[in-house]
Amino acid sequence: MTTARLPQATLPQTAPTPRRLVPRHSALVRVTHWVNVFCFSLLLMTGAQIFNAHPRLYWGEYGADDDHAWLSLDALNTSTGLRGVVHVGSLTIESTGLLGASKEDGALAPRGFPAWLTIPSYQDLAAGRRWHLFFAWLFAINGAVYLVGGLVSRHFRRDLLPTKAELAPAHLAQEVVDHAKLHFPKGEAARRYNVLQKLTYMGVAFVLLPLMVLTGLTMSPGLDSAFHVLLDIFGGRPSARSLHFICASLLVAFVVVHIVMVLVSGVWNNLRSMITGKYAIDVDGDAQ
Amino acid sequence: MNPNAKFRDGRMTPFQARRKWLTAFAAGAGSLALAGCDKAVNNARIDATLRSAEKLTLASQRLILDHQPLAKEYGERDLSPVFRANGSSMPASKEYAQLLQGKFVDWRLQVDGLVQRPQSLSLAQLKAMKSRTQITRHDCVEGWSAIGKWQGVPLSQVLDLAGLKPGARYVIFHCADNLGETADDTGLYYESIDLLDAYHPQTILAYGMNGKDLPVAHGAPLRLRIERQLGYKQAKYVNRIEVADAYSHLNGGHGGFWEDRGYEWYAGI
Repeated sequence: MTTARLPQATLPQTAPTPRRLVPRHSALVRVTHWVNVFCFSLLLMTGAQIFNAHPRLYWGEYGADDDHAWLSLDALNTSTGLRGVVHVGSLTIESTGLLGASKEDGALAPRGFPAWLTIPSYQDLAAGRRWHLFFAWLFAINGAVYLVGGLVSRHFRRDLLPTKAELAPAHLAQEVVDHAKLHFPKGEAARRYNVLQKLTYMGVAFVLLPLMVLTGLTMSPGLDSAFHVLLDIFGGRPSARSLHFICASLLVAFVVVHIVMVLVSGVWNNLRSMITGKYAIDVDGDAQ
Repeated sequence: MNPNAKFRDGRMTPFQARRKWLTAFAAGAGSLALAGCDKAVNNARIDATLRSAEKLTLASQRLILDHQPLAKEYGERDLSPVFRANGSSMPASKEYAQLLQGKFVDWRLQVDGLVQRPQSLSLAQLKAMKSRTQITRHDCVEGWSAIGKWQGVPLSQVLDLAGLKPGARYVIFHCADNLGETADDTGLYYESIDLLDAYHPQTILAYGMNGKDLPVAHGAPLRLRIERQLGYKQAKYVNRIEVADAYSHLNGGHGGFWEDRGYEWYAGI
């Protein structure tokens, strides 16, 4: 296989693989995807700004400085200067320069997340909240458009719902192995999401992103009064704040894997398909 | 047919051209994002646009909260072992020190503005009125929460005693603490709420906390509890209640100490 591909890779002009463009992503998916990218980036960075105002997370109905925090990004004053540490449960992790204490105007300062990860870069909770709550609205409206559109157009049923055969353990195992080896489907098979993509996208669109909205709303004292059930579901406002943080972290992990997969499986083809909707596949695909 | 075939004469293929454009776009967007965010935060027009979200939040929460649902009330065993005191913990003025020394016997709560019968109420008078006790959660804008037990007189009773005049829209709370640490009155803490929140059953003027007199660090002798909004609305050291048709005539014009420093007037989220 490898030897057969080599000349092609080094001399693409001599033996181009015949390819054709096929429709990949609908306008709904493309537009909501990029609005989501924009909103998520801003929500993440303004969220880090808000988090920095009190970089401690609790579980339960109350949680403040004197209560036990399961996670905290702390700045310690030591004889050798400011030190940043992360406390997770009983673990203490040295994190000077990144978490707990990092450079602000050239000097180490106490701050949960570093300046390059927050909007604005300097500490300003009021601005962070204003941006966060504005883009939270845009994010939620965009998500609602995606969910309604995806249902009505049968996009979820057609493209995201795995078939029984795909969910068979043997098939799942094969997909995991193929992914690990960076073997991606070619030709006609490349027109569809594979089962790992389906499960991941469903987890993001139907679990993580809705959880971001719900845990976010649970932090609103106004909405809590109308929907006590939110507090019952998440076990209290500090718990909801923790879950908001955990879900955001999982989304960051998803984005990292997502971008890596886009890069290794044909970055320009993938990008084009999410911008123009057209995806190039090999004409003789699987026969190769 | 291979779409690349006819572009082999050294010109860019459509793919390559798009690639170049995308690379430039990505690089531009990246540096713009990094350098531009702080600039965008300080741009007045962007700020005005983003402020519109507050109106949307207020309008939608008003729709949901119009029937005046009660904030969750907790049990004694849910009380925070330590309730963090925030903001001022001791007003610096000589007058306050004297009132404190005299156990607030000479302290009075003024009620004025758009009212039929301006009031000057002593602590004893307030304590003689029908009281409400509630164990509720206090949510600071910073992100921490604490549960405390509050005893006080519903604000609605005090407002009814004074009688609102037509045109009354807001209730403004003037406080004794100069959190801005200014030489004049511009740094004095103040807050404002509208009548829907003022007449909410859990909106009380609290003189007791966790079964005792309200401690100085928590706003003695009287503080506001408005349980469906964030901590900065819960004005401490309240000594004057002004009923008005607007709040723009006060200090920064945004209706509160923290509102004048960039925070939203509506703090239900």
